[in-house]
Amino acid sequence: MKKPSGAAADSTSGAPWFFLAPALILIGIFFFLPVLAALVLSLTDFDIYAVGDVGNTRFVWFRNYTRLVSHPLFWTALQNTFYFALVGGPLTLAASLGAALLVNARLTRFKGFFRTIYFIPFVTTLVAVAIVWRYLYHPQYGLLNYALSVFGIGPIDWLGNPKWAMPAIILMAVWKNFGYNMLIFIAGLQEIPEELYESARIDGAGALRQFRSITLPMLSPTLVFVAVITMIGYFQLFAEPYVMTQGGPLRATTSMVLLMYEEGFRWWRMGYAASIAFVLFLIILTATLLQLRLQKREAV
Amino acid sequence: MLYATLVIGALLALLPMVWMVSASLMPQGEASSYPPRIFPRAVTFEHYAALFTRLELGRFFINSSIVAVTVTFTSLFINSMAGYAFAKFHFRGRDRVFRLLSTGLVIPVQVAMLPLFLLLKELGLINTYWGVIIPGMASIFGIFLIRQYVMSLPDDMLDAARIDGAGEFRIYWSIVLPVIRPILATLAIWTFLSTWNDFMWPLIVLSEESRYTLPVALANLSGEHVQDTELMMAGSVLTILPVLIVFLFLQRSYVQGITVGSVKG
Amino acid sequence: MSRSGTRNQEPGTRNCELRTANCEEVLQPGRTISTGSLREPRAPRRHLPEPRTPRSANRAPGTGHRAPHSWRFGLSGPALLTALATSFACADTRASDVVTLRVWAMGREGEVVQELMPAFERANPGVRVEVQQVPWSAAHEKLLTAHVGDATPDITQLGNTWIPEFVALNALEPLGPYISRSTTVTRDDFFKGIWETNVIDDVVYGIPWYVDTRVIFYRTDILARAGYPKPPASWSTWLEAMRKIKAQAGPDRYAILLPTNEWPQPVVFAMQGGSTLLRDGGRYAAFRDPAFRRAFEFYVGLFREGLAPKVANTQISNVYDEFARGTFAMYITGPWNIGEFRRRLPDSLQGRWATAMLPGPAGDSSRVSLAGGASLALFSASKHKQEAWRLIEYLSEPAQQLRFFHLTGDLPARVSAWRDTSLANDPYARAFYEQLALVVPVPKVPEIEQIVIRITEAVEQAVREDATVDKALVALDRDVNGMLEKRRWMLARRTQE
Repeated sequence: MKKPSGAAADSTSGAPWFFLAPALILIGIFFFLPVLAALVLSLTDFDIYAVGDVGNTRFVWFRNYTRLVSHPLFWTALQNTFYFALVGGPLTLAASLGAALLVNARLTRFKGFFRTIYFIPFVTTLVAVAIVWRYLYHPQYGLLNYALSVFGIGPIDWLGNPKWAMPAIILMAVWKNFGYNMLIFIAGLQEIPEELYESARIDGAGALRQFRSITLPMLSPTLVFVAVITMIGYFQLFAEPYVMTQGGPLRATTSMVLLMYEEGFRWWRMGYAASIAFVLFLIILTATLLQLRLQKREAV
Repeated sequence: MLYATLVIGALLALLPMVWMVSASLMPQGEASSYPPRIFPRAVTFEHYAALFTRLELGRFFINSSIVAVTVTFTSLFINSMAGYAFAKFHFRGRDRVFRLLSTGLVIPVQVAMLPLFLLLKELGLINTYWGVIIPGMASIFGIFLIRQYVMSLPDDMLDAARIDGAGEFRIYWSIVLPVIRPILATLAIWTFLSTWNDFMWPLIVLSEESRYTLPVALANLSGEHVQDTELMMAGSVLTILPVLIVFLFLQRSYVQGITVGSVKG
Repeated sequence: MSRSGTRNQEPGTRNCELRTANCEEVLQPGRTISTGSLREPRAPRRHLPEPRTPRSANRAPGTGHRAPHSWRFGLSGPALLTALATSFACADTRASDVVTLRVWAMGREGEVVQELMPAFERANPGVRVEVQQVPWSAAHEKLLTAHVGDATPDITQLGNTWIPEFVALNALEPLGPYISRSTTVTRDDFFKGIWETNVIDDVVYGIPWYVDTRVIFYRTDILARAGYPKPPASWSTWLEAMRKIKAQAGPDRYAILLPTNEWPQPVVFAMQGGSTLLRDGGRYAAFRDPAFRRAFEFYVGLFREGLAPKVANTQISNVYDEFARGTFAMYITGPWNIGEFRRRLPDSLQGRWATAMLPGPAGDSSRVSLAGGASLALFSASKHKQEAWRLIEYLSEPAQQLRFFHLTGDLPARVSAWRDTSLANDPYARAFYEQLALVVPVPKVPEIEQIVIRITEAVEQAVREDATVDKALVALDRDVNGMLEKRRWMLARRTQE
């Protein structure tokens, strides 16, 4: 693999492929191939019988998809997933932006300290904190209900009541994730030229005014980006309900990924589960395209 | 006012963790008392002892370490090679391959999981560490991160080495790698944390308790020990502690990675 | 009393012993606040049972836990490396002369069964037993994953409605030859209906470990006041009794609690009426047959007449409180509630409740209930089948069955174990004993889980009057036929070959 000098610019030798091969092979075999296979799988009735003998698989075209849309549980899961993403997403953004503004405020000292503290929930192990929160939500002994009782509210059966279970999961997700977005927002805020604020102040604009007419517009590309990646992440909700509620009560926290897991790995209706996965894919693809479109509009 | 809000925010962010630690030190039953206690009346380490003796948590600790460390090092190597090649070589098909890879970023991993499971079954890797490790050994995100960083390096440096007759691998190994150490550190921490915290895939692949990683074992325990609040808190502390330590010590690189890796998209 | 756990509150929880399906709804925690009870932040399970007896928090530390080897902090560097290396190799580094049996057991049973092992190991030197405790919520997928990953244990506890599925996978060892050689496992000493659940196409695949069925728990005082000192034995007297109770009780009280999201009750009614649920060897649904229809109408009628409240078990905050308050006088549930009723009903109510066999539509022979419980099965991939079978035999011994009953409250599968005074003299257990002589299994098809869930949905539709009985049954029939389509295709192919 000796290369003549200056060849890096237009190498035709095998060197680049040598460097790429391990990654491409791994990603090809263990990611792209399965993704394509999933598409095929979703058109078959691969199930528990097929596990015993692959010969028991049939090609069923779109039957999994038609069954999916006639399956009430799928709609429940879809609805729950959107509930989580569309309510939890904006709340997370609001918390992140609020935290970013506070940490980044001109007067704030110990910026690094607060940033670190706010970021800690994000690095923690989701399963572990989900378990912790399960106890915080305990209707009788949980800290949360105790805190609410001080204000005369409660007690709320957070994870036991179908109405409250999803809000409870959202609240935990906001706590867990706001630190990540906050960092991105801080980076975005720091790119806003300080002069803009200075001239605004000279014009006598108040803090709120400054926020509305400088911060928000300047931050909007970041905002769109963060909104979309948060939403994409939230569409993949799994571990929280798995650990905290097992998808209940009354299916109120069954997300699409949880449903896919149950159908695929608990009941081995793999073909059917693959069709759920593809619907999820389509949703995420749509969200991404939306982002691209919005970004383009920003750019214009 | 500003500080009041900041401090209240910080308290809220930390409260669940503080309670976790303190409940883990309470004697059995104290965490389920009314009104709830925030600090233990008397500190006990019995739950930690129980986790390591009766419940063999050490086993899961080792499993998690094996998986996370192996994934981190192999993926660092593999991703950096690929990222370097994309950044510094011109070859036919490069852009096409790169575009193909980037489409992968849009595909949720869950889509691949079902067939991947069947594939690993054929390979005999279900219920093995390799079944967890292999799919994590290369990551598109990692390749992108490295590529972006390597692109900013001057070509002259590499050309000079070529003139000296260094082999391509030597150039990568002894010139590129040392220079990109900062981004490698970032990627390493990222990979380590996300592998350590990963739940769904190990949950699917590992069926035998003795191979469980910590999060899987913890979820398993929590299904059986719902009543044992203090014990479960001790388990959570031990699961979170390693990532917290890694983060607190290396947060600078980690945080950089987030802003570099994401703002650019 | 930290051993509370609302799981126990859930009427349906134990359904799952009947390996139920419906845990989807059955197991929901969604009650509103249950003040006064230590309500766990608990996870509802979908199809899988929760361990309804949660670990007791004040259990003596160390009991029932395996502690063969323990990792501690302070492993020296090299030791850690070796540990890493050996675990990486995934090798069974066991001395070859010691056979290690791997046993999986679920929930509370998984914890308690370990206490029975030392005696077995003493009696069988050279055999070591390693019990892996699997939460009910993850049991099904773990067993399947283990099967495809060639990592099955030697023995597993298996809810008896799961047996057909694992037989379809060819995962289980036929036990006929072992039984015929055995002196301990004698078929005649097991409840016949329960044994039946383990037989697929005349081959035995599991040995019943503990049994479960449904009976009526009722308030003796309320029934006596209505003029029924003895519990009714037929549907017609029962219906009469319920009407009288309702008339005396007033608007907010009911004769019976039948949570709308539990499948065992409607299924039991149907089987009492002679329905087989499926026909043609489990190829087609039989929900439009007169037998099913009659039972379905009777069942739905109880709600429409206001004899039973139209609530799911998730809408009842605390079954025990409501029972004590007289919100309902009867409740169809399983054996785990004997212990719960004793513990949780106020003292004033003790002596004012009893258990009784279910009434039937047509004479005593129709008073059937569900054959539920869990079995011990041997995986065909096991390399130590002889030793594993010895363990199954050991756990089936009446003495061990009794010990297990005392540890868990799970009812013994061996008839002879019931002669022990602790069971024979228990007035509440008696109804179960009588009922167990008259139990029938649900159809032994792998799809049964989905099917019973669908039955519950049909009941809910009809009860909430979203659909007429006709419409509900037509839709049920159609959907279940759809679920069985693959099975029909498979069976047709098999006969062609």
